[in-house]
Amino acid sequence: MTQQNVIIEIEKLSKEYSTERGESFLAIDNINLKIQENSFTCIVGPSGCGKSTILRIAAGLEKATSGTVHYRSDPVTKPCGEIGLVFQEYSLFPWLSVIDNVAAGLDFAGVEKEKRDEEATRHLRMVNMLDFKDAYPHELSGGMRQRVAIARALANDPDVLLMDEPFGALDAHTRILLQQELLKVWELTRKTIVLVTHSVDEAIFLADKILIMASRPGRIRNSLEVNIERPRSRAIPEFGKMTDYILKELEYSM
Amino acid sequence: MKARALSLTIPLIAPALLAVIWVILARQIGNQVILPGIEQVADLLGHPTEDLISMGSLISNVLVSLVRVIMGYAIAALVAIPLGIVMGYYGFIFKFFNGFLNLFRPIPPLAWVPLVMAWFGISSLATVVGLETGQMYIYLNNIKFSMLFIIFIGAFYPILTSTIHGVRNINTTLIDSARVLGASEYQIFMKVLIPASMPSIITGMRIGLGIAWMCLVSAEMLPGSLSGIGYMITHAFTLASTDIVIAGMISIGVVGASMDMVFRRIEHKKFSWRRQAR
Repeated sequence: MTQQNVIIEIEKLSKEYSTERGESFLAIDNINLKIQENSFTCIVGPSGCGKSTILRIAAGLEKATSGTVHYRSDPVTKPCGEIGLVFQEYSLFPWLSVIDNVAAGLDFAGVEKEKRDEEATRHLRMVNMLDFKDAYPHELSGGMRQRVAIARALANDPDVLLMDEPFGALDAHTRILLQQELLKVWELTRKTIVLVTHSVDEAIFLADKILIMASRPGRIRNSLEVNIERPRSRAIPEFGKMTDYILKELEYSM
Repeated sequence: MKARALSLTIPLIAPALLAVIWVILARQIGNQVILPGIEQVADLLGHPTEDLISMGSLISNVLVSLVRVIMGYAIAALVAIPLGIVMGYYGFIFKFFNGFLNLFRPIPPLAWVPLVMAWFGISSLATVVGLETGQMYIYLNNIKFSMLFIIFIGAFYPILTSTIHGVRNINTTLIDSARVLGASEYQIFMKVLIPASMPSIITGMRIGLGIAWMCLVSAEMLPGSLSGIGYMITHAFTLASTDIVIAGMISIGVVGASMDMVFRRIEHKKFSWRRQAR
């Protein structure tokens, strides 16, 4: 792989929450990481390790207690069009049809209707959801909804796509299907993707680079490159070995 | 076919029974003032445009009442919905207003009457416009501020409460999604908070309209009132015309139920996503 640009740089990031009883709780502690442009990074960690918090801060939805996030050379303090975020579930606007959901970001940006629909259609085709463009979210299955959510994030044409356990609520079969589709979309669009997951299997299947987190407080314990050629088969020994290694790492970090 | 006929018949049984009992009782009692015959009341309802003991016709009184309710109600909705949205969204605005508004909530709209009379007396829209004669004066003079106020109070709280409730129950992921997609604060209000809380707002508006309609009779009993369905009922009572009283009551019921049905239709048609969404 050639030398690439750093697109997201996180430095000494910490986040402290205060509970209702007035105690404070360190969610993440001194996170440092660099995300290369066009790369696919997965963050794995036990639940409650603050991996979602990192994404929310990087997306500009939350403020850090200390430390910084930079997109290219600009500090991230509020949401901006260049960084998209896909949530685990319930993120589609239930009163809008599928196509209007996908066009929502463009609508916020003031793009005219015709152009919006054109872009939305293109992205719905990309995730194989064009047949459902006039359906409403409640009429779709969980997997379909996530496809629409991904299309919506992409329609905004962000530079970086953050994904917070996007397949976490899906059944195993749908999950594998969507992982494959996500890879296709990634190869097609070459967006920089940072995906948070608690599934080791998912991380190895998708990522160029995996960051392993430990909890209490949330910190990065280890990172490794996945040098298995795509399309990856779960049946090869390297896959198993890597799974085993990461699971052990996670065990220590509990 | 048989099931359909049955399902259409069932709701009619209770009113039919009531009518039968009415007929029997009216015959037994034999006193017009206590309980007039059903055919007398039906006759009044069947000729709604006829002038009744110089109080105007049934239909014109219903219309006057409707205009009053709709005006008071519209003002209540215009104040309560925006206020409810900002109270539901911003914690500090909620804290600022909530205690204050809760202090007034338990006061029945009727209990406002003396104060409202002291404030507004018999001034009406005609007073503001400066009219003192003519056909227009008669119309505008029917819209008394005191009445609007009572109706406003009745409709305000249900609309406010359900708007706040609607906004507070919005899934935060929706708001976060809009932010990440680049929505401005104004767009979040217009394109997320309002549509997302709309089902709850509509429910509040339906309840509010019901209460506004109920407050109407008390508002129309205020001094200076010379028209409206509430006035017609109280005036007919002083003249011992119980048949007009009952015809008026039935009109109130029918109009109220029809308005409620319109709202239910809207709820059902436009917001089916809420029942199934999650």
